[in-house]
Amino acid sequence: MLRSRLDTAGEDYAAYREAMLGKLAELEAEHAKAVEGGGEKYVARHRKRGKLLVRERIELLLDEDAPFLELSPLAGWGSDFHVGASVVAGIGVVSGVECMIIGNDPTVRGGSSNPWTTRKIFRAADIALENRLPVINLVESGGADLPTQKEIFIPGGRLFRDLTRLSAAGIPTIALVFGNSTAGGAYVPGMSDHVVMIQERSKVFLGGPPLVKMATGEESDDESLGGAEMHARTSGLADYLARDEPDAIRIGRGIVGRLNWRKQGPEPAPVTPPRYDAEELLGIVPEGLKVPFDPREVLARIVDGSEFDEFKPLYGDSLVTGWARVHGYPLGVLANARGILFSEESQKAAQFIQLANQTNTPLLFLHNTTGYMVGRDYEQGGIIKHGAMMINAVSNSKVPHISVLIGASYGAGHYGMCGRAYDPRFLFAWPSAKSAVMGPQQLAGVLSIVARAASEARGQAYDEDGDAAMRAAVESQVEAESLPMFLSGRLYDDGVIDPRDTRTVLGLCLSAIHNNPVQGAQFDGTGFGVFRM
Amino acid sequence: MISNLLVANRGEIALRIFRSCRDAGIGTVAVHSDADARAPHALAADAAIRLPGDSPSDTYLRAGLLVRAALDAGADAVHPGYGFLAENAGFARAVLDAGLTWVGPSPEAIETMGSKVESKRLMAEAGVPVLAELDPERVTEADLPVLVKASAGGGGRGMRIVRDLGGLAEAVESARAEAASAFGDPTVFCERYLETGRHIEVQVLADGHGAVWAVGERECSIQRRHQKVVEEAPSPLVDEPMRERLFDAARKAAKAIDYVGAGTVEFLARDDGEFFFLEMNTRLQVEHPVTECTTGLDLVDWQVRIAEGERLPDEPPQRGGHAIEVRLYAEDPAQDWQPQSGPVHRFAVPGVTAEFAVRPGVASGLRLDSGVADGSVVGVHYDPMLAKVIAWAPTRAAAARSLAGALARAHIHGLVTNRDLLVNVLRHPAFLAGETDTAFFDRHGLGTLATPLADERAVRLSALAAALADAAENRRAARVLGGLPSGWRNVVSAPQRKAYVVAGERHEIAYRLGRDGLHAEGFDDVVLVEATPERVVLEVGGVRRTFDVGRYPGLVAVDSPLGPVSLEPEPRFTDPESEVAAGSLLAPMPGTVVRVAVEQGAAVRAGEPLLWLEAMKMEHRIVAPADGVVTDLPVTVGQQVEHGAVLAVVQGEGE
Repeated sequence: MLRSRLDTAGEDYAAYREAMLGKLAELEAEHAKAVEGGGEKYVARHRKRGKLLVRERIELLLDEDAPFLELSPLAGWGSDFHVGASVVAGIGVVSGVECMIIGNDPTVRGGSSNPWTTRKIFRAADIALENRLPVINLVESGGADLPTQKEIFIPGGRLFRDLTRLSAAGIPTIALVFGNSTAGGAYVPGMSDHVVMIQERSKVFLGGPPLVKMATGEESDDESLGGAEMHARTSGLADYLARDEPDAIRIGRGIVGRLNWRKQGPEPAPVTPPRYDAEELLGIVPEGLKVPFDPREVLARIVDGSEFDEFKPLYGDSLVTGWARVHGYPLGVLANARGILFSEESQKAAQFIQLANQTNTPLLFLHNTTGYMVGRDYEQGGIIKHGAMMINAVSNSKVPHISVLIGASYGAGHYGMCGRAYDPRFLFAWPSAKSAVMGPQQLAGVLSIVARAASEARGQAYDEDGDAAMRAAVESQVEAESLPMFLSGRLYDDGVIDPRDTRTVLGLCLSAIHNNPVQGAQFDGTGFGVFRM
Repeated sequence: MISNLLVANRGEIALRIFRSCRDAGIGTVAVHSDADARAPHALAADAAIRLPGDSPSDTYLRAGLLVRAALDAGADAVHPGYGFLAENAGFARAVLDAGLTWVGPSPEAIETMGSKVESKRLMAEAGVPVLAELDPERVTEADLPVLVKASAGGGGRGMRIVRDLGGLAEAVESARAEAASAFGDPTVFCERYLETGRHIEVQVLADGHGAVWAVGERECSIQRRHQKVVEEAPSPLVDEPMRERLFDAARKAAKAIDYVGAGTVEFLARDDGEFFFLEMNTRLQVEHPVTECTTGLDLVDWQVRIAEGERLPDEPPQRGGHAIEVRLYAEDPAQDWQPQSGPVHRFAVPGVTAEFAVRPGVASGLRLDSGVADGSVVGVHYDPMLAKVIAWAPTRAAAARSLAGALARAHIHGLVTNRDLLVNVLRHPAFLAGETDTAFFDRHGLGTLATPLADERAVRLSALAAALADAAENRRAARVLGGLPSGWRNVVSAPQRKAYVVAGERHEIAYRLGRDGLHAEGFDDVVLVEATPERVVLEVGGVRRTFDVGRYPGLVAVDSPLGPVSLEPEPRFTDPESEVAAGSLLAPMPGTVVRVAVEQGAAVRAGEPLLWLEAMKMEHRIVAPADGVVTDLPVTVGQQVEHGAVLAVVQGEGE
């Protein structure tokens, strides 16, 4: 059992907590923007049409009192597009089944898709495919955002490909069509396994009356081209005709209830809550990340019963590895302890990842790393070789990975700790996290040294004032670009979470993961054994 | 000696008699209709015999079948209970003719007292004060108001009050019809009706050796539709001299007909102490427990002992203390006492110290004589009385308070009952002052007396408790993610919503369970202490309140010291196919369609009767709600319909 040494009465704790609460307030304000949708005017207009808002549709679709994890809620943050990217995606429970729910927000530019929208939906489809989650699309979209069509049109085809690939993989797809779903959008119901349309509301056609008129001269109307009644009675594109929005949601819930869904991963063990209060997670991570902190303090507030069996505690102790459970699901944990990854830490990680694969145990990476150690001794000691072992193991590990950036995640350390490019099933960041190729100061300093060397080589005097300005500019730019909201806006994580929610988020993700079998890399007698490092 | 006794009855009285038999070591035999196959009384006896069918006339009223059952089961005695064949001389005779012991008075005594006309004449002769009988043909304005009564009647059936002469003929006719169908005897008579009389009765016990006890009096003035609701002993009206006169009259009445066994002589009394003989009930009374609780006698045991020929001691036992009984009915006082049917999911009265039993020498307590248990179903065929609850204590005020408290805290889930009414009566200043008479409900207003114990705020809090308990139940029942916080969101957009209907009013609860506790719209002063599916503890304005929650299909029952509340959860979704067409007339209760007056397509005027539904021995008219056309008529005569079934659809003009 972990014993906390956190001084919750201390000044540091209070200061760190204060800073974290400040960041959480900022985060909440950004989330609120997404929730507000297209703003008062468009929300009012939408309601006046007797329609539910996208989050209202989702609330009604979900099982009562069940949790819902919204994914990429900050998509598009820092871009010209509305926070949230005019779509809501998340994992929720419908008729007792964990589903991927994707709903257009028609109050934001008519629910049209911009480049961030498509990226957010691609990510949701990936999660659904990897974790075997049935997909429910709540469709009401004006189609592509035409001014940015060049960035949407060609990659956007993946939306429809994903749907049928999900179907082919045995993952049911359901489309509840609340309004327009025209042109390319028509292929969302078109490619779905189950389609519900709402009378006098759903409009699904390749080309509307004006386009048809231009193309063939034919005079037509919305209803005959793509009305719900027509699709239910004539074209057969709709399997169910709903009377109104709640009825469509009712039918959708019924469809999920009839999927006879069985999770294929092992059942979780009985759950004991941690012995320490999750509230204290706010006061662990130092503001500015200059001071290392013990990740065991985090684990003590996240894992079942605060029980953590540490692996190789005396070896490579800048990386904590060990076994625990979260919400009953077994987990191998890799957590940076003092930021730096040395050769020992790298080898320990590689061995530990192999052990987890041998026992089909999912892995959790808690990031707070400034990267692999540099310097003559370390290079000569084979730090590249050892870092490569760790990256090799992470890359080829087949058990599900979840990454949480709780502090720094710099340089190749980000890779070794299963950064975004290493396809963890889920990746979340705490508001305290920062991620970049290196720290802003170091990066600016490196640029300064290189520039100084270049001007010296040219025999020119170095412009010290210019250098200071450059360093300040670079530093602040990199600082801004390494912050979680920026990275989340670019879909480099699945969301920024309140540290106090970490256990809940992990529990939900692990449960979602267990819709698929949990299977590590093969240790079946055809390959090697676990390499001792 | 009786060794094996059949009770030709059902429900609580059967259980009551079994209890005495069991104490005496006598074997017990139950009879049951098909509807009662799983009823508590059928399960409690040593042996049970089926009476095929459901209606009383097919089952508990079949003398031949009952005698046959007694013989088949090896019973050597029959106890009739009350109601059904308890005052049927023919049945008593049949029992005796079969060589069995009849636990009751002689068939002759039953016969004599069964005729109200005859019995009044006899009583007058014996010197018992009586109200003069009036010939229906000769009633004059000066006699009004008059009461039309079935000679063979009881329990208020076949009884009519007539206040103007014009209505007399119709009242006599309908009383005759009701008497004929209920008792097989259409004879009715009239007498002066005392508007504000007090119903006082004397329990007598007479052995076969000439001894007659007047055991004690009971007052049963609080009645609805001539059916007793609250009964007590002793009567707050009766002082010692009046008691002497009452007892004397009662003994005279019993002696006049050589009565043997337990019986009750009923009187109508005025506040000045004058009283008149009403009738003698030649059986055990429903309200006999209040006498038992104030005397320590086991009246059923004495019935059996007297039937075995035992002598009464010289003197009846001393009376002491005060006992009050209420009859808990499945009925809705606020809806014209409409009887209710359906499952009783839960029936629990707290603090019960005796069931069906007497506790001699114990100064106070709470007795429950219940015919239902958790899961019992109240059908449409029999009297909807669920139970009798009796409190006894050294004083009347203490008994009333204890009884009201127990009733208020009882968990009664599944049916509308008269419980709130009973509690209001027991706590009413007029009741506590002993100002009880047969007009109690009219005087104090049924509407007021039927006011729910739970006020508006209690209902709102109960709805909140129901929502939180339902949320806890949803989490417990969740197949996945049940261990995660209830309604957890990383991005909060809306609260969870649940809606409940209480007495026709919709209550929506919007709440969120955050890490800092409960946020519920409109409940700013409420802190959630604990919520499980069965119990919710809330701190309301600094005061902690516990709400017990029972959950059944279509019902959430919340009990708290603030008053019981039944909530109907509003479904999240409605299937359009299950919705009823506008203008549909639904069966107000389960019953049988006995007459249809219109055909499909007929034009009808508002208020015009369309069909008649018989339920609980009463005919309910289903009338057109508005002018229009009968567009659908899915029922036919003789059809049994469930509560809520569509009986007809009337489409208004222009629709």
